[in-house]
Amino acid sequence: MYESYLDETHTAIRESVRTFVKREVEPYLDEWEDAELFPREIYTKAAEAGFLALGYPEQYGGVECDYFHRLVQAEEFCKAGSLGLVAGLFSLNIALPPILAVGSEEQKQRFIPPVLAGEKIAALGITEPNTGSDVANIQTTAVRVGNHYVVNGAKTFITSGCRADYVTTAVRTGGPGHEGVSLLVIESSTPGFTVANKIRKMGWNASDTAELSFVDCRVPVENLLGGEGQGFQAIMHNFMDERLSMAVMGYACAELAYELTLDYARQREAFGRPLTGFQVSRHKLVDMATQVQVAKSFCYAVAARIQAGDMPITEVSMAKNFACDVADKVCYEAVQLHGGYGYAREYTVERLYRDTRILSLGGGTTEIMKEIIAKYLGI
Amino acid sequence: MKIAVLVKRVPDTTSVFKIADDNASVVTDNLKYVMSPYDEYAMEAAIQLREAGQAEEVIVVSLGDESCKETMRTALAMGADSGLLVKCDGAGPTSRGVAEALAAALKNVGASLILAGKQAVDDDASQVAERIAELLDCPHASVVSRMELVGDTLTVDREIEGGKYTLELPLPAVVSIEKGINTPRYPTLPNIMKAKRKAIEEQDINALGLDAAVLASHITVEAMALPRQERLTNVLEGDNETRVATLVKALREEEKVL
Ligand SMILES: Cc1cc2nc3c(=O)[nH]c(=O)nc-3n(C[C@H](O)[C@H](O)[C@H](O)COP(=O)(O)OP(=O)(O)OC[C@H]3O[C@@H](n4cnc5c(N)ncnc54)[C@H](O)[C@@H]3O)c2cc1C
Repeated sequence: MYESYLDETHTAIRESVRTFVKREVEPYLDEWEDAELFPREIYTKAAEAGFLALGYPEQYGGVECDYFHRLVQAEEFCKAGSLGLVAGLFSLNIALPPILAVGSEEQKQRFIPPVLAGEKIAALGITEPNTGSDVANIQTTAVRVGNHYVVNGAKTFITSGCRADYVTTAVRTGGPGHEGVSLLVIESSTPGFTVANKIRKMGWNASDTAELSFVDCRVPVENLLGGEGQGFQAIMHNFMDERLSMAVMGYACAELAYELTLDYARQREAFGRPLTGFQVSRHKLVDMATQVQVAKSFCYAVAARIQAGDMPITEVSMAKNFACDVADKVCYEAVQLHGGYGYAREYTVERLYRDTRILSLGGGTTEIMKEIIAKYLGI
Repeated sequence: MKIAVLVKRVPDTTSVFKIADDNASVVTDNLKYVMSPYDEYAMEAAIQLREAGQAEEVIVVSLGDESCKETMRTALAMGADSGLLVKCDGAGPTSRGVAEALAAALKNVGASLILAGKQAVDDDASQVAERIAELLDCPHASVVSRMELVGDTLTVDREIEGGKYTLELPLPAVVSIEKGINTPRYPTLPNIMKAKRKAIEEQDINALGLDAAVLASHITVEAMALPRQERLTNVLEGDNETRVATLVKALREEEKVL
């Protein structure tokens, strides 16, 4: 069904990720989840294996590829069974694209190669304690004084924020509304930048999520991306990719939950027969498989349009809503079919259930997606 | 110097295996196939020798049907220069026939060093490398966990229970590799792309001039069964001192956690 999008190079990437996960992730994953952090060296290991560079231009240390190489790589990383790992390891994919899109040549040369090499960590800082969905209303200010912007304010829920070296940060350089929003790359070594809190979460536990504070944080004007007031456009543009990748996380986790549940249901016996011997369980599994395939094939179709150069904003928003909803439903049923074991840490479906809940919130909530779709459909 | 690395396509051992209705074979639909893990170490060892300037060329050699090419592409993406597929369709010969066919094909390759995994993880027969060494009349070391080449002499550590042998072998030689000798690299996308353009030569197994009797299977599978999955409970006997000693021994030797 997906063959028309893929060739043997995609299969080969998948194999590489699978080997990496087996060797570098699986043996330690439970430890990382408990410690609520994966070790920093995983960034360098993933970089050495060529995973961080995928999709970036060669002159910045990247490896050019098609959209589906990145998609299958993401799918396969999700199959490790920890979205925290995926979100943390790949926070560069939300932090770097704005630099690539509107940054100067000098900024690209400075910020991108060390991140792709796994030496520096990049994060994206948009959300604030008082403003999430309403991005145009962010309140962190950046006031120009000579050759610096003096930044004051706070960001929250920043993935990889606790140890990021570069935070692509939305700040207000102008008046109210989206015209006043700009993007600054803030280096965590800048005086006035502090990690105020590491947020403890329901899921995504292998990744760190930070509350950041900026107090008279002096950022050189060279770190402004594009011009003043160009931030909002760049943020919105960035969202398209982030949203589709969250949809990919959604169906990939749902697929994993389905596969694990099918295995379990075949082996687990109740009342003298395997769980698959009950029609109600079989139908449940069929519904899970159906939802996964429908979500996945829609995402592939949308990815193909992006690959062809389109900006299918409506469809990306639909894909995110649909696939993330499928993830919630399928993971719910996966836990249900596992019985009490589905509630035990030892079983991966327990983690998938917690890890997928965020997908309908992050990168734009389901409700915000619906607002976007309504607008584009003229409803 | 040329190095040949023998690589086998095997089902991923993490797959869920089912016995077919004939009770004597495995259902192969839906199985994922990979390069036998020990062969990955052999591939990496070969590439490291080439990168160290001790070999000029690495050729990956496999026996099987068309689908083996996928596994060979992985080897090419790891860095092998070219491939040779000894092509045979269907079930193919058993260990003896495989060794005979590969030895015959290798005669034309001119490799000074032939590397293989210590065993393939599907049948775990651990025969092919040894048989090839005999057929080619070369020295051979198996289960090798360290390898050093100085001039024409290869020094290897061969793992044995509770210790190791250090052996010296003159080239040409056949060596089968144990895991842990190195960390096999991951095929990266640029190398995967390059691998697409590398040549895989094909040689028909029936054109090697081998006797049909040599290639014939000499094994009949009577029946197959999945291992019984039991909780491995072990109640220790004796007084406290004996029980502690037994426990420590088990943790050290069986569970290998101490
Ligand atoms: C684990 C995790 C990681 C994250 N990582 C990052 C990151 O790296 N960088 C970053 O910048 N942010 C990150 N976020 C923040 C995330 O993007 C926001 O939580 C999200 O955008 C929602 O914003 P909010 O939490 O302020 O909710 P709010 O905007 O306060 O929304 C609350 C509720 O109101 C609804 N609502 C709001 N407006 C409307 C409307 N107009 N119509 C109908 N309903 C509406 C929402 O749908 C939601 O249900 C992360 C969050 C989490 C939990």
